[in-house]
Amino acid sequence: MAEIKVEHVAKTFGSFAAVKGANFTVDHGSFFVILGPSGCGKTTTLRMMAGLELPTSGRILLDGEDVTALPASARDIAFVFQLFALYPHMNVRQNIAFPLRCQNYPRAEIRRSVEETARLLRIDHLLDRRVGGLSGGDRQRVALGRAIVRRPKAFLMDEPLGALDSEFRRLMCGELRELHDRIDATTVYITHDQLEAMAMADRIAIMNQGRVEQIGTPQEIYDRPNTMFAADFIGAPPMSFLGVEGSLRRGDRSIRIDGVPVEMPEVFEDRAEGKFALGVRPENVSFADSSQLRGRVIGAEYLGTTQIVTVTTANGQVKARLPSANAVRVGEQVGLALRPDRLSLFDANSGQALPSALSARGRHG
Amino acid sequence: MAEVALVEVSKSFGAVEAVRDLSLSIANGEFVVLLGPTGAGKTTILRLIAGLERPDRGNVVIQGRDVTSEVPAERDVAFVFQQYSLYPHLTVYDNLAFPLRSPARRMDEKTIRRRVQQVSELLHIEHKLANRATALSGGEMQRVAIGRALVREPAVYLMDEPLSSLDAKLRAELRLELKRIQRELGTTVLYVTHDQIEAMTMADRIGVMGEGVLIQLGTPREIYERPNSAYVASRLGTPAINLIPAELLRSDRMPREARTAGLRTEHIKISSADRPGPLAQVHWVEHLGDQNHVHLKLATHSLVTLADPVQELKAGDQVSLEFTEPLYFDQAGNRVGTDGAGRRA
Repeated sequence: MAEIKVEHVAKTFGSFAAVKGANFTVDHGSFFVILGPSGCGKTTTLRMMAGLELPTSGRILLDGEDVTALPASARDIAFVFQLFALYPHMNVRQNIAFPLRCQNYPRAEIRRSVEETARLLRIDHLLDRRVGGLSGGDRQRVALGRAIVRRPKAFLMDEPLGALDSEFRRLMCGELRELHDRIDATTVYITHDQLEAMAMADRIAIMNQGRVEQIGTPQEIYDRPNTMFAADFIGAPPMSFLGVEGSLRRGDRSIRIDGVPVEMPEVFEDRAEGKFALGVRPENVSFADSSQLRGRVIGAEYLGTTQIVTVTTANGQVKARLPSANAVRVGEQVGLALRPDRLSLFDANSGQALPSALSARGRHG
Repeated sequence: MAEVALVEVSKSFGAVEAVRDLSLSIANGEFVVLLGPTGAGKTTILRLIAGLERPDRGNVVIQGRDVTSEVPAERDVAFVFQQYSLYPHLTVYDNLAFPLRSPARRMDEKTIRRRVQQVSELLHIEHKLANRATALSGGEMQRVAIGRALVREPAVYLMDEPLSSLDAKLRAELRLELKRIQRELGTTVLYVTHDQIEAMTMADRIGVMGEGVLIQLGTPREIYERPNSAYVASRLGTPAINLIPAELLRSDRMPREARTAGLRTEHIKISSADRPGPLAQVHWVEHLGDQNHVHLKLATHSLVTLADPVQELKAGDQVSLEFTEPLYFDQAGNRVGTDGAGRRA
């Protein structure tokens, strides 16, 4: 177990700023996910935590000790790449033992550690099998075993499940998280897959263009996104945005969309005339004949229990998650009702959420 | 008219029967999705239609013509694979133009230019035409790979999990795109996946496969609401259908031969413990953002259902359950009785 502090870390490659002042703490024993699209700087951040890259500025602390300049080998950290490379000519025991043999551990200790690791992963009955004949799941477990057998202070994982098909990926997500809990590890995990992040993380850091946009629990980021980017990156389908023009006064509890007042959480700031975006999640949209906020249905995606209905309005597209039992016709005009206490309001130019009763709810519990 | 038909086709590899006595007919302009786990025989079917495999028995018919003994090049099909295979030394434009420049087609460069332009606009990669194929993101590469199939106008497109290597967000976008393009062009598609969301959102009809057999074929709604077996019922729905011993329901409307009850979220109503009905305990509530799953303990059985966003439940709560119109399955797993709309299994 370890606590990892990343303090104002930046990294530039030539004129390209890959990471711009990342600042966060990974708590003891937590499962921390860095989430973002390709090129957002997440892998560079992880490589600096591992000691594979030197930051241009800033510090990295491992359990309070400044390790910024230490090479990877001097940090007690395991770096896990995609989880499939096993040595095919070795059996399971030899594969798991490999990292310890490389460091010349005594035989008895290797034996004990390997067996303990295999028990944790529930593959102790396979120790003397060749890896060639194993199922996909068991191969992944062996690869995991090789990563955890050294019992480092922390695991840094770079899209370890990226090469797997989606069904298997979901299964391994559950296993990884369970393993993390069982061995009390500190894990930093990188992915571009929001479902992996939502399913596993204690906390998520969302990165975009070298910047950390938001850090929080999956539910916090989902319910109270700081930026339009975070709102859009999390959620399937993502948050819908309605474009609004106007000005705001501190204490306002509604905003006019094309003259129609729409209730929303109380705004805590005055804002001059400008462009805003009202963000709404699909499950907080319903159809109401009486609503003056009108739109036309342009598509419905059937999902079994629910359906995702896409409605175009004069101010943008809105997606609604509705029970499949509701009959919806493509082309029909509908009135939209938005759940007032769950709406986010963003500055459309900066993409930042405005301080409101919604964002305050997070801060005060 | 059937664009593609398989007639009683079987194919074995050594002792493994990959496809067993399978018949399937795809109409012109139809989008059919084969859904099933790894090893169900989905990809073998695509390869049989493409001519990459020869059936042991049965026939493959494309546009009314028996092509069973024809080589792939003679069949009018285009194949999109799971892993994009682009020519790395060529630009996006040349990658897209490649299938049209085949000497057999004798297409002039002007026509080629028009086709490539059209397809690149459909796929939103028109601004990348001059880029080298290797200078693209994963999503763009896969779009080029799909585009390379689209520039041709074959009788049928065969797609083998074309979106599975992409991240969730891109997958969702391309899913809609692909469906839109298919509808606009009126193309015939046979699409293979193990992703139920892809199947439900894109398919006109879904074919559920297991162990080389086509178990049920129908519209997404038919498959979801009226599955013919517990196996089919388990393939669709998030959270997955709960299968529990039928006697736990203590319902007098249950068919006599029912052994297992299948409960989806919409079959389970949760109310406070003082209401009549079997008692259950909330084990935990799993927050997945938009979908919060409630895990319930009913006697020794676990049930997972979607949480109602306005109903506040927490671990340890006692609740009363009401089951409306569940699905019933017999000893062999076949569905018995009627569904919610009163239709027979």
